[in-house]
Amino acid sequence: MKSSVIIFPGSNCDRDMDVALKKFGFDNQMVWHNDVKIPKSDLIVLPGGFSYGDYLRCGSIAGKSRIIKSVIDFANSGGLVLGICNGFQILTETGLLPGILQQNKYLNFICKNVFVKIKNKDNKYFKKIKKEVLELHIAHNEGNYFCSKDELKLIEDNGQIAVTYCDRIGNDDEKNNPNGAIKNIAGIFNKDKNILGMMPHPERMIDPFLSGEDGSLFFENLIESL
Amino acid sequence: MVEVTEKIAIEHGLKSDEYKKICDLLKRTPNITELGVFSAMWNEHCSYKSSRRHLKKLHTKGDQVIQGPGENAGVVDIEDDDAIVFKIESHNHPSFIEPYQGAATGVGGIMRDVFTMGARPIANLNSIHFGSPDHEKTRNLLRGVVKGIGGYGNCIGVPTIAGQTCFDESYNGNILVNAMTLGLVNKNKIFYSKAAGINKPVIYVGSKTGRDGIHGASMASAIFDDKIEEKKPTVQVGDPFTEKLLLEACLELMAGKSIISIQDMGAAGLTSSSIEMASKGDLGIEIDLTKVPCREENMTPYEIMLSESQERMLIVLEEGKENEAKKIFDKWNLDFAVIGKTTNSKNIELFFKNKKIAEIPIDFLAENAPMYDRKWIKAKLPKENNFSKEQFKSLKLGDCLKKILIDPNIADKEWIWDQYDHTVMGDTIQKPGGNAGVVRVHGTNKAVAASVDSSATYCHAHPLTGGKQVVCESWRNMISVGAKPIAITNCLNFGNPEKEKNMGEFVECVEGITEASKYLNYPVVSGNVSFYNETKDKGIKPTPSIGGIGLLSNYKEMMTMELKNEGNYLLVIGKTEGHLDQSVFARNILSEFNGPPPEVNLFNEKQNGMSVLNLKNKNLIETCHDVSLGGILTAISKMSIKSGRGVKLFPLEGLVNKFEYFFGEDQGRYIIEIKPENLENVENILKKDTIHFDKLGLVEGNKIALENDLKISIEDITEGYKKWLKEYMVN
Repeated sequence: MKSSVIIFPGSNCDRDMDVALKKFGFDNQMVWHNDVKIPKSDLIVLPGGFSYGDYLRCGSIAGKSRIIKSVIDFANSGGLVLGICNGFQILTETGLLPGILQQNKYLNFICKNVFVKIKNKDNKYFKKIKKEVLELHIAHNEGNYFCSKDELKLIEDNGQIAVTYCDRIGNDDEKNNPNGAIKNIAGIFNKDKNILGMMPHPERMIDPFLSGEDGSLFFENLIESL
Repeated sequence: MVEVTEKIAIEHGLKSDEYKKICDLLKRTPNITELGVFSAMWNEHCSYKSSRRHLKKLHTKGDQVIQGPGENAGVVDIEDDDAIVFKIESHNHPSFIEPYQGAATGVGGIMRDVFTMGARPIANLNSIHFGSPDHEKTRNLLRGVVKGIGGYGNCIGVPTIAGQTCFDESYNGNILVNAMTLGLVNKNKIFYSKAAGINKPVIYVGSKTGRDGIHGASMASAIFDDKIEEKKPTVQVGDPFTEKLLLEACLELMAGKSIISIQDMGAAGLTSSSIEMASKGDLGIEIDLTKVPCREENMTPYEIMLSESQERMLIVLEEGKENEAKKIFDKWNLDFAVIGKTTNSKNIELFFKNKKIAEIPIDFLAENAPMYDRKWIKAKLPKENNFSKEQFKSLKLGDCLKKILIDPNIADKEWIWDQYDHTVMGDTIQKPGGNAGVVRVHGTNKAVAASVDSSATYCHAHPLTGGKQVVCESWRNMISVGAKPIAITNCLNFGNPEKEKNMGEFVECVEGITEASKYLNYPVVSGNVSFYNETKDKGIKPTPSIGGIGLLSNYKEMMTMELKNEGNYLLVIGKTEGHLDQSVFARNILSEFNGPPPEVNLFNEKQNGMSVLNLKNKNLIETCHDVSLGGILTAISKMSIKSGRGVKLFPLEGLVNKFEYFFGEDQGRYIIEIKPENLENVENILKKDTIHFDKLGLVEGNKIALENDLKISIEDITEGYKKWLKEYMVN
């Protein structure tokens, strides 16, 4: 399976994602933001970081970058596009995913382990994961997901909520909301579920010596489903 | 152009006799640009004029040292072809004036020092000191500094893996922000700042030059008064995004063979970087200031030379490699300009609009910079306190423990490190909050441990002992995670060196550091000095911060401080005498602030540490934690809080004062957890090696208990310990 990780100036989780994808069997290549064409891929990943310094608004300049048209075309043709953290912010800026990511409710950057509940397994990203709750890691300042009431209704009706913040046993209530995200949303799909944007970093959880291993489940499923 | 007079020279921070020396050396009056250059090179921050003769005594050699002090950072060998480049640096003065930018640019500056040498930064650490929590400025300064450190490090994508935060009223008017970075480099691909060869192009890369930070280095060499707010424009403004681009572009250029030497523009900007490169290469340098990329219009040569705009580098390239290099910087959208060349004149010559506007022999600025042998006085060892039985009579262990765990210098600092990305790069295997931070050497079985320590209270009470103690504490932190201690970097934060007492504190702390690092074979390879941490005649406590690094040849053998299994034994390695003077207990519970710090016995320190490493290598230790502030009971509580496991303490033997035993801060001690089946073996090894140890208790239940004296649930102590800082920051 071939994957491509896009490097924007200011991306800083590109290498981590490359390591993770290769570890689980992807034939991964790195693609520079100023390129026009993306090599043939089964999966495109927009990694975390601070693309273009996140000046103006997180992900907004990357959302207008040269490479992004090819990403949009790929996504619209049904290709799998995964955006982690800053990648999620970029996907909302391009309009591929609804809503926006605001500054965290308590105005601080948060770096810690969180639990997320898988809300929809009828897609390639979570299909064969046996667990209902994953322990993942967040590291962001703008992860407070928000969308209009109408959009929320739509994404709920379409089963577009991918993962929500919760506790160890899956209570996704306000008590377990680290950043103020509406409905505890940690990640969403597009309508067709080929695009996933998610704040938590599965690539940081792929080894028992790191923060945990539930990220491995995510990548193992991904390579199997493709 | 302004006519230079003695008055103007003094406004530049020069002393009357220093100005006279400049005129004598030049055999004329300098013009304003030249005066600016002299003042930047001759201030304390750049010239080390008060500290140089004492720093020469530091122990800087060792088998693993590739580069000691004097370069952008120190370099040590970590086997195979790998080397670690690391350094700690202060950004105290600017952080007090403008906490966010001051701290952010401190982090940016130290990272540049490391990647200038060809290393990719792999970990950041910091040591920050604030005034009393009750002081009106403390909360905002802390918030700003933490945001600044996070804002810069998080954006670059280098994990902040450990640190230290202290509160003491001596920092009410002068906070300390010391930032440390570790980088990984192939030991055959290290870059240095020494220029070589004449007529080589001098290249400026990175951000454009603006009017920010002009005279930053002079400001950092001055004491503060009421008008300090007016100094805000001397604080630089950081742009971590540009630094990330600069990092990637420099590493890309370094992969080739076109660089002769490279130097970041830190304190005193273009002035010090160009002069240092030429001075080290025994060359001259010619710069056309018209060619320097400027952010603002009509900048004068004086402003261009003294600007401390961030994210800039100076490179001496091989001739003919300009286009190849420019392509890389174009790719990363960074400025690239050929601004001059190396010469054989041994002078710095500055041109502006086709006119030579300054010419100074480089010797005058570097080697001939003033060096002072400041007067200093030796500190006396304070008299020991004789605590009476009465003082302990009404005290209860549990109450004292709870009080100590919410002491600002002990309480949990999660509020701080949660705001630092500590997991990016995917190699952090021990996060902040442990004995030391540990990162794997990417793609290998090795890992590097790092920590930063200071103990101003001990240094204040007796500088010589304090200097030794802080090196030992750093050494112990390395051992506690199972790493072999390799080398240290020091950030020496002191008051006004023109005062004999402060100068004495400096001299004796350096002496202590030297003695301990020599004995432990733990050399100093880099560092910096920050003097004049003084406001309105009140100086800070002497605060040397020691950043240590250690090596684990197999990261899977790393030790942590979480208690592991019910029924395991806990041992204290090292002798507990019950030294309460200068302890958290003495200050917090007995309100006693005088007395000597705990004695440092280097022989025991080394023996105890080596025996812990030996037991670890034999796979006999489950958990390890060094005993420091707050003594044994505080250490055990932290181990319990981290793991959720309780401890049943054994009754003390003989007529020991239990407060002294459990809260005394004797040095050279570790708590280790041992499986019951290994106990006999461990005891035999320790006895054979004549290492003193006490059997302390068992891992058991969910309480910390000692017969009738203590029964406290982990939940009970966790709450206060975890809550203190969070609540303080909300209020």
